Amino acid sequence: MNGRTSLKGYIEIDREFCKGCKLCIEFCPKGIISLSNNLNQKGYHPAYFTEENTKKEKRQCTGCSICAIVCPEVAIEVYRG
Amino acid sequence: MKKVFSRPRSLRKVPFHYCPGCGHSIIHRLVAEVIDEMGLREITIGVPPAGCAVLAYFYFDFDMGESPHGRGTALATGLKRALPDRLVFTYQGDGDIAAIGTAETIHTANRGENITALFINNACYGMTGGQMAPTTLLGQNTTTSPGGREGLRDGYPIRLSEMLALTDGSAYIERTAVNSPVNIRKTKKAIAKGFKVQMDGLGFSLIEIVSPCPTNWRMSSHEACQWIEKEIIQYYPLGVIKDVTKRGQGC
Repeated sequence: MNGRTSLKGYIEIDREFCKGCKLCIEFCPKGIISLSNNLNQKGYHPAYFTEENTKKEKRQCTGCSICAIVCPEVAIEVYRG
Repeated sequence: MKKVFSRPRSLRKVPFHYCPGCGHSIIHRLVAEVIDEMGLREITIGVPPAGCAVLAYFYFDFDMGESPHGRGTALATGLKRALPDRLVFTYQGDGDIAAIGTAETIHTANRGENITALFINNACYGMTGGQMAPTTLLGQNTTTSPGGREGLRDGYPIRLSEMLALTDGSAYIERTAVNSPVNIRKTKKAIAKGFKVQMDGLGFSLIEIVSPCPTNWRMSSHEACQWIEKEIIQYYPLGVIKDVTKRGQGC
């Protein structure tokens, strides 16, 4: 861990809380959140994090929390380190 | 990895009933975050409105008291006078605070009651289906102004914050928006400032928050945020309108 470039993050989206308003997708500076093809229990297409299975070194997510700040449903948790 | 963002403790873990992209839920989160950060959860009493946010007491994990339509500031006055050491805030929409509750609001500000009012301005009546409100912009289509609002027929949009700033009892008045990450951060700061002014006993504080209503504006959530930037902020400029804590330093 040295320098700014090593800061990586990941997010967890609660798919049952998400209502598919797409605000996180529009505001994510890296464009790494996308809309799922599956439905949740309420009948919305929830957003999902596209780097969930990407190795930490290759992830673009920096954990800037912009998605969580604009999320109206408080469905996003952000981790950084 | 360290968790850097999660649900505030003052917000119960239940799904909101609001429409996708609604600003109410963002503002609920900001209020809960501010109360958590200031450590005031045990002494807070909130007053939800009649309107979309009428069920706010399901979401906040502190004391709430429901008021009749428009009478939030009157109820808050009573609460604050009976329990002066509590943080009392009202959470009201534009139909609540600027239409049916105008009299209560103006006189509460004029008496300088030591409470905080959060005024959520979405330029229409949200819960009843998007009718024209006093804050609806000129030319805006709503279900009761299908050809757009006309000033000579329907009256002009009301700037309540500027009106209340003229009263001597008001201490802190600011207008913010929740249409972008920057404005959301500024809104949180404004709410914190409003609560601090109240805890210092300086008088009436009001934060007007311009909030998107994608369902009744017939827009996607992102278009609604852009429309706030393009149209609403032009008529209702953002910023601090009155701040007694700065008085005497500038002029």
